[in-house]
Order: sequence, then C-alpha cells, then structure tokens
Amino acid sequence: MREKTVKLIVTFHTTTGAMAMETLCKEKGVAGRLIPVPRAITAGCGLSWCAPLESRSEIEALVKAESMDYDGFYEIPV
Amino acid sequence: MIYLDNAATTMHKPQEVIDATVAALQSMGNSGRGAHESTLQTSRAIFDARARAAALFGCPRADHVVFTCNSTEALNIALMGLVEKGDRVVSTDYEHNSVLRPLYRLRDERGAELAFVPADKEGCLDYADFERLITPGTKLVVCTHASNLTGDPIDIVRVAKLAHAAGALMVVDGSQSAGAFPVNMEEMGIDVFCFTGHKSLLGPQGTGGLCIRPGVEIKPWKVGGSGIKTYLETQPAEYPTRLEAGTMNGHGLAGLAAALAYVQQTGVETIHAHEEKLMRRFYEAVKEIPGVKVYGDFTAAYRAPIVSISVGDYDSGEVSDELSLTYEIATRSGGHCAPRLHRAMGTEERGLVRFSFGWYNTEEDVDAAIAAVREIAED
Repeated sequence: MREKTVKLIVTFHTTTGAMAMETLCKEKGVAGRLIPVPRAITAGCGLSWCAPLESRSEIEALVKAESMDYDGFYEIPV
Repeated sequence: MIYLDNAATTMHKPQEVIDATVAALQSMGNSGRGAHESTLQTSRAIFDARARAAALFGCPRADHVVFTCNSTEALNIALMGLVEKGDRVVSTDYEHNSVLRPLYRLRDERGAELAFVPADKEGCLDYADFERLITPGTKLVVCTHASNLTGDPIDIVRVAKLAHAAGALMVVDGSQSAGAFPVNMEEMGIDVFCFTGHKSLLGPQGTGGLCIRPGVEIKPWKVGGSGIKTYLETQPAEYPTRLEAGTMNGHGLAGLAAALAYVQQTGVETIHAHEEKLMRRFYEAVKEIPGVKVYGDFTAAYRAPIVSISVGDYDSGEVSDELSLTYEIATRSGGHCAPRLHRAMGTEERGLVRFSFGWYNTEEDVDAAIAAVREIAED
C-alpha cells in the first residue's frame, strides 16, 4: 500500500455532485482526483475529491463561487 | 424504406450516437459504484448528459436532471410523486396515455379530482377553458407540449401563468417537443419537464428523463441502490439520486449525451426549420387531394412535424398497410395512445394515418408520400 499523507478531502451529497466537481476542477486546472470516501469520514460508499492540502483555499473559493453541492471539507491521511 | 414515423421514434441516428453507444458497451463500468476508471468513465458520460440536458432545456441545475427509461417513466415519477390524496389536477384532451393512465390511477387510488380541457371536433382547445378549470387550490396542471396525434401545440407560457396564479405546479410532457422546439423551463414557467431521448433528440431508446425546478419536491416511487449512503435505511433525499435507484442505463445515456451534443451543435432552430419545411410541403399537397381530410391546426409557429389524415372511407390500418407493402413508406395508424383526442374528433373507429417527419427525411421522401396518398385516394 502507498504511504499515507494528509490530504484535503471534499465530500458530496450525490455522485452527480462529485462528477460536477471533477468537471469543474479539470476546467479550471485545479489538481486532484476522485477517490472512494475514506472510512474515517463515513462508512459506506460514494466518491470524494482528494486534493493536496495547499489547494484548500483555492478549492473552497471555487465551490462557493460555483454553488457546488458539497457536503464537507476534511484534512485526513489517505 | 421511407421512414415517416418519427413521432414514434427516430429510426435514423447520428453516427456519433451509434459510436458512443458501441464504445460504451465495450468499456463501461457501473456508474457511482466504486472509484475505478471504468465506473468513473460511466459517471462522466452520465454527468455530461445531465449538463447538456440542463443547458438544452433551461434547467437551472444539472443535478436536477433525473434520468429514466422514457418519458412515460418520467411522467409516472412526476405525477405519482407530486399528487396526493384528493388533489385537483387539470389536464387536456390532447394527452397521451402516458399522462392519462397515471392520472386515472391517481383518481382511482388517491381520489384525485381530474378536469380535462376539452378539444372540439376540429381538435382545437379553447384557452378560456384553462381559465375556467384551473381553479385556486389546483395542485398541478399537466399537459403535452404538442399533441402526438395532430402535432398541435399548447401555449405552455400561457397555461403556466394560469397554473402559477392558482398555486399549481406546471408539468409538461415534452415527448414531441424535446429536440424539435426550443424549450426553456425557466423562461416558460415549467416546473417539471418530462422528455424522451429516442424521438427528436435522436438518442437511443431506453433513455429519457425529467428536469425539475429547484424547490419542487417529488417523492420517489422506487427506492434501492444508490452508490452512496449505504447504511441509510431510506432513499437519499438529494436529487438526482432521490429518483434514480438502481443501475442506470449508462450505455444508453452515453448515446444520449452524444445525441444532445449533436442537437446542440446542429441547433434546435435548424432542426425545427427542416422538419417544418417537410411537414408544410406534405400538408399543402395532401389537403388538396379529394377524399383526404387533414386533422389539426397548421397556423402555429411551433407545431410538431406531424400530419394526420383520413383517406376516403378507408380504415387507417388499411391505408398504413398499403403504404408499407406497396410503397415501403412507414407510418402509424390507429389510436396513437391518444383516446380523448380521437373521441373528440370522431376518429375513434377508423383511426388516422399519421405521417411524422424527422431530421433525416428529405423532400424526395415527402414527394413519394404525397404521390402514394394520391394513388390510394384515387383507388
């Protein structure tokens, strides 16, 4: 397994919200990728956006500006 | 074969739609199940279809586009999920059974009070009847954007204003209009727009959906797998997951995304102008043929590209069969799942022969159909 490092995780209410995030980040050239929601956040399934910690302020500004349907922001080792 | 049954389904599809569907069949995983590349690819295609449908129909949010297998399913979800015990619902004689049967079921099972704007023997509606029937407290008005039998449109903007003034929701059956006329939910005052993918949108069968204005709360009729919130005992409340339990038609929706892209690139106005020209060419010729009676009103700017006729005393099935066997022209005869309008026009017994034109038809197709009708009428 890869070594874990603390990353920014953004969760969403639906898969559609996650796909909208991926589309937006690709469009804006913001780094990150979709991963399964880590167990430390919630048990079950679903997608979350995983990005370097240093991009938190940029991503927060982006989701607010675009009225994205996100659920929460977390900083955890993944 | 000359295919003039586009109101039932468009048989010819853009090559892009075929390619996208085939590629999907060769590579897609299950959308929203896991995070590996093949599932993400499916989710991306479905999201692309949502974003394109939202843009095409003026739906404010892509996540308020819910996919179904056709407009019948979309209408069932909307009507069964909005109408409650004893609610008053206003509709019209233009409706297809995809609206009528859910309404009759709501009447029988939930005591819904139904009122229908009547069509006259020419197949026309009187807007004063909408004003009379949409009374304060009406829960919902549901009507087709254009009749699948005559092609006659309903002025949705006008009806939506009446609906909202009475406190009612405006639900539109866009089966014949999606891809054929410009539609903008926000500008037109539509609360729920139900569409199918396989007609004028030129997509695969098994695709369709409903666009929901934010704030309209539809209860789900099916619940189950959602790919999220596994340990929750109820269906997640958020759209579109609320109404999309179970594996989605990823292969079909990949084709629909390509179809929506094709329609957007071509332009709805361009498609409409082409189909309108063919419909007018056919209408102007057949209305002059002795023994042929054309049904419907051809004065509207946006009407579905449909011309329904009777020929002499023939049963519509005989005419359609002759067109198919002798002339290799595909049309639709019979009742067209539009019982109230057939009854209103007195065509219940013989039915009508419906010619419906599409993007891939040509003037040569139309001229061949005119010649065939002329020969049959002279027989």
